[in-house]
Amino acid sequence: MLSILFLMLLVFSILAYNLGRRKATRLVIVTGSKLHSRPTYHGAFVAAWVGIPSLFLILIWLLVQNSVLDTLIMTTIPNAALAGLDEGQRGLLLLEIKAVARDIIFKEPTLAVREAASTYLRWLAIANWSLFAIALLLAIAGFLVTRARIAPRFKARDKIEFLLDGLMIICATLAILTTIGIIISLVYESIAFFRHVPVHEFLFGLNWEPQIAIRADQVAGQGAFGAIPVFAGTFLIAIIALVVAVPIGLLSATYLTEFSGPRFRAIAKPALEILAGVPTIVYGFFAVLVIAPSMRTFGSSIGLNIAPNSALAAGAVMGIMIIPFISSLADDAIQAVPRSMREGSLALGATPAETISKVLLPAALPGIMGGVLLAASRVIGETMIVVMAAGLIANLTANPLNSVTTVTVQIVTLLIGDTEFDNPKTLAAFALGLMLFLITLGLNIVAQRVAHKYREQYD
Amino acid sequence: MTDLTAKDSDAPRRPTRVQRRYAANRRFKYLGLGAVLLALGFLALLLASITWSGYQAFTQTHVTLTVTIEPEQVNADDPFRGNYRAIIRQAVQAVFPEVTNRRQLRNLVKIVSSGAQYIVRDKVVANPNLIGTTFSISVPASDPVDQFRKGNISRDIPEARRRISDQEIAWYDRWVELGAIQSPFNWALIFASDSRYPELAGLWGAINGSFYALLVCILISFPVGIATAVYLEEFAPKNRWTNLIEVNINNLAAVPSIVFGLLGLAVFLGWFGMPRSVPLVGGLTLALMTLPTIVIVARVAITAVPPSIREAAFGIGASRHQVVMHHVLPLSLPGILTGTIIAMAQALGETAPLLLIGMNAFIAGDTGGVMDPSTALPTQIFIWADSPERGFVARTSAAIMVLLAFLVTMNGIAIYLRQKFERKW
Repeated sequence: MLSILFLMLLVFSILAYNLGRRKATRLVIVTGSKLHSRPTYHGAFVAAWVGIPSLFLILIWLLVQNSVLDTLIMTTIPNAALAGLDEGQRGLLLLEIKAVARDIIFKEPTLAVREAASTYLRWLAIANWSLFAIALLLAIAGFLVTRARIAPRFKARDKIEFLLDGLMIICATLAILTTIGIIISLVYESIAFFRHVPVHEFLFGLNWEPQIAIRADQVAGQGAFGAIPVFAGTFLIAIIALVVAVPIGLLSATYLTEFSGPRFRAIAKPALEILAGVPTIVYGFFAVLVIAPSMRTFGSSIGLNIAPNSALAAGAVMGIMIIPFISSLADDAIQAVPRSMREGSLALGATPAETISKVLLPAALPGIMGGVLLAASRVIGETMIVVMAAGLIANLTANPLNSVTTVTVQIVTLLIGDTEFDNPKTLAAFALGLMLFLITLGLNIVAQRVAHKYREQYD
Repeated sequence: MTDLTAKDSDAPRRPTRVQRRYAANRRFKYLGLGAVLLALGFLALLLASITWSGYQAFTQTHVTLTVTIEPEQVNADDPFRGNYRAIIRQAVQAVFPEVTNRRQLRNLVKIVSSGAQYIVRDKVVANPNLIGTTFSISVPASDPVDQFRKGNISRDIPEARRRISDQEIAWYDRWVELGAIQSPFNWALIFASDSRYPELAGLWGAINGSFYALLVCILISFPVGIATAVYLEEFAPKNRWTNLIEVNINNLAAVPSIVFGLLGLAVFLGWFGMPRSVPLVGGLTLALMTLPTIVIVARVAITAVPPSIREAAFGIGASRHQVVMHHVLPLSLPGILTGTIIAMAQALGETAPLLLIGMNAFIAGDTGGVMDPSTALPTQIFIWADSPERGFVARTSAAIMVLLAFLVTMNGIAIYLRQKFERKW
């Protein structure tokens, strides 16, 4: 039904475009006067007025239809059937009515439900048909009105350009809306969470055991939501990743910019970029399949007990993932150092290595630091590698051979499966998400500041 | 002075300062080379280990059975409800008439995949004329037999420690002698839907789900991204508001993908009440995630168009919109397309947001559209990676190879487009 309506609107718009254009073209021939706008603009003007108002009508209609129908249908149910039902039970009744209307019957419905279901079906049909009729009427009215306005002096192009301006502004605002959506949804659900668990307990608690009692008298059913061990695990893994990635990334960037021949660079640089294009879930599987077992075997051969999902394995693989990121940012920063400085240093007799360590790296340091901070933000927000390779239990430890958990792992495990927005377990994920968002945002802002503020102006 | 030099030459030659500096330079150079080679080595190790663990999943052990569809077992009016289990059992028993013991018979039938009966059923439903006839059909063997044939279960380890008994191996050997066992290319890996049994599981549902999610994603993020970029580059006044939009887009590009998953969960599922696990919601979430990337690449492509072109168009009386529509956009489109394809490739590999909106459900049936619950390629990999059966390890790697093949293709197209249409002004 809806797709037919969309298709019809599309066809009508194309038709309207052609009719509008033809009328404008004919005007030129018949009256011999010059048009203000080219015929295509007249066509587009008519087509826009045929398509867009109906489209908006449909979208708004669909948004409100369900809630209006729900309210209406509940008023038709006799009061006797509603007596003694609380909010939740009324919701269940409504669901049952809708299920019966779609012929999905679990238990024999009462007479009231059956009647309500048939009313619901009837009203749904009425709503659909009236939407259909009104949308088409709107399209036809738009066509008639706008086609009549086509005249040599009519400024169709101005109107179209005004419309395009509006559309572009709406699109540009979507980015802002996304940010607002992120902040509002995270804050809203977090506030709901903090009603169950006090803020200070979440921020400073040392225990993270997000179980919820199924029965009220269950032992240890309270659950603990202290986020410190979770964040400690996140930072431990992030530090391991940076320890792996920063030296390798920096050294390969310096080699590629200062030492390697153009042919090696032409092969090695895109190959490194491939490492950045591999999806993180592949790294996660790689960690589970290769890195973690081989670390464990190696550990036991030298008498170390390494956990199967150790922080070391997850961090190391994450480090591998981030190498190209650091390498390319460091590459950019080194390339940005003016040529004259490099050549001045070489001309004074410094070896390339001395030029790099004493001239280029200090000059590029703000850029490199910014890059490392961006990498840290990436690593902290990275999900799939740790979901597969890190642990689930929140251990408060600094030993990289132990298993730790991270913020992202906890968010995923808390939200996988069916989620209801009314228990602290689900809401805790949003509180963790809010913290994650704030930390990564903070790191990004600091990274940009560092790169800009401390950059020496050489030119 | 001369004395000193003479003394020096008597002593064992110490490297001069310059030599030491040159040695340090060489060391630094080799350290850098080592770092590059180490990183490339990781890449090679990654690809090699995935290939090594996954190549076996591209073949599947099949058993050729001669089945007889008796009219009393399958009613011609309703072929869907036939007793296909018994048909398979009789077909297996016909090869080994000496096995009569009930328990042994059950183990014997287990050599063939439990999905074999459905394969026969689908064939009969598609062609009811087969009822009452005898025909031979190739069906997958069960996972232990498949693993045994691929050499992952050795004959040498004690019987108690392997998933296939000596008796089953003897039966298998008989079957091999009869020439009824083959290992054809595993088309089911790509064209079958998911299954609890590794020998039947395939990626078709996931490929469909990813396709629809990416379709929704590109339908939204491509036009909106271009419009935003054009607005910011060509129309927007430089004021606080547009500055805010710019900063916003740059920061959104660095927000972790899982946060977009939380956004999708709270807004699309929680507030708008959209259904779980559907590609529509997945695509919307991915669209919000890829939007900043597309805006950024589109802006780069638009700024690369030289001002002289704009000025020439303005000079002959084009309006601002005409300059953009007729000149700037067509000239920057190759760059925008390249960036969009790369952004889509990223979206294809993205897992975390899809997990949060439930696109990791087990869906064995076919999926057909943006509103049918389904999985996506990366989430399917995640599901298989979590499955304990031995056969799923190889299948996970094989699925990763399929995903990487898609990514390589997309990036290849992007590189081709860039090289074909890129212009240096």
